[in-house]
Amino acid sequence: MRILSPFIAVLALIAVGLVAAQVPGGQALIGIVLPYLAFALFLGGFAYRVLYWAKSPVPFRIPTTCGQANSLPWIKQNKIDCPSSKLGVIARMFLEVFLFRSLFRNTKAEMYEGPKLVYGSSKFLWLFALMFHYCFLVIVLRHMRLFMDPVPGFVAALEFGDGFLQIGAPVLYMTDAIFLGAIAFLFLRRVMLSNIRYISLSADYFPLFLIFSIALTGILMRYVFRADVVAIKQLTHGLATFTPAIVAGQISPVFFIHVFLVCALLIYLPFSKLMHMAGVFMSPTRNMINNSRMVRHINPWNDPNIKPHSYAGYEDEFREFMKEGGIPVEKE
Amino acid sequence: MYGKGRIIPALILFLGVMTSPMWYKSGDLSKLPKPEKPKDYKECVAPTAFMRTSHMVLLNQWRDNILREDGARIGKTANGTEYVRSLQNGCMKCHSDKKKFCDTCHNYASVKPYCWDCHLQPKEAM
Repeated sequence: MRILSPFIAVLALIAVGLVAAQVPGGQALIGIVLPYLAFALFLGGFAYRVLYWAKSPVPFRIPTTCGQANSLPWIKQNKIDCPSSKLGVIARMFLEVFLFRSLFRNTKAEMYEGPKLVYGSSKFLWLFALMFHYCFLVIVLRHMRLFMDPVPGFVAALEFGDGFLQIGAPVLYMTDAIFLGAIAFLFLRRVMLSNIRYISLSADYFPLFLIFSIALTGILMRYVFRADVVAIKQLTHGLATFTPAIVAGQISPVFFIHVFLVCALLIYLPFSKLMHMAGVFMSPTRNMINNSRMVRHINPWNDPNIKPHSYAGYEDEFREFMKEGGIPVEKE
Repeated sequence: MYGKGRIIPALILFLGVMTSPMWYKSGDLSKLPKPEKPKDYKECVAPTAFMRTSHMVLLNQWRDNILREDGARIGKTANGTEYVRSLQNGCMKCHSDKKKFCDTCHNYASVKPYCWDCHLQPKEAM
């Protein structure tokens, strides 16, 4: 059920996109109105989530320490995994954001006869997650050719590098193939491994199905039901410059399914686990300096009128009562 | 709100990057590509809608068919007009000006076909 319902939901989205592309006015609705609405919801929802998170106080340093903390001079500190300086945190965040270092630490636990529990390194999640995210980035950046005119140099460079193998015409983009493979792996991982399947929810499968369908419709549009790129750019570039117009009858329905699914993703993103896009930067377990033993951290919501109350002061205040009650006191 | 000094600038940067196509220097919709059509010829090898989306596939098929499968070098249009299945001797016979025909759309859509890696580029001055 947790797999089936998101699968049906994505199929329904595809059906809606397909039908809407055929009915009069539907193309304008999906091609013009919906993208603006989805983009506004995406940006608004994104900002809302980030500001909402920023409202949560983080009174104390809570970094996950994956190595030796700063200690005595003859004990070697792990400066990236347990940073005690800003530079260390920057290095840690850089490795986390660009190379997914915490996934690199992924382990697998296996049961052998005995029973014997064995832990081993498992790098496939890291590898395929890295391929998935970088391909996604390249694909999104490549799409900028449809939204910008003149096309910036880096987009052209990406297209050249991506189509470097010069297979077929239009040339095959390497990222397209790797992207589909990586999503397939991430999906199969959830289905095949019983422990991962146990903790997988609809909210895990839905984005996988949705992104897979987006990639698939995009690839179909390029290689199978070829779409008229010039007519599409007139529309998409028009969207970017607030003068959108649809050239009637020149754009194939696959394009509208693709756009409809992308809009669904944009609307879904701020309210889902896909917000890890911003969340990775705001994780206190990653972005804090582990200096609890060097710097005194004062709780931001402490009332300044309430002064610290030492034990000596406490005893001064209650000495007589304590003596009466038979509680030992330090100062007679 | 906590961490204002870093979160607000980062959020503004993100929104700026996300909306970059909207404030990018473009905006001139008047320069849509207008490929110059040949004056002397009325009929192409396939309907316009097909040629707009799939001319590159056709070129690839011609290449594979002629060079690898020993196919015919002469083709016939729907009306029976004969043409040479070739980029330089076929397509370029009618669409003689690469700059005014091929390049208009290709530049607009940022497509850099590798035809001219091997084929001679037509002299632009002609």
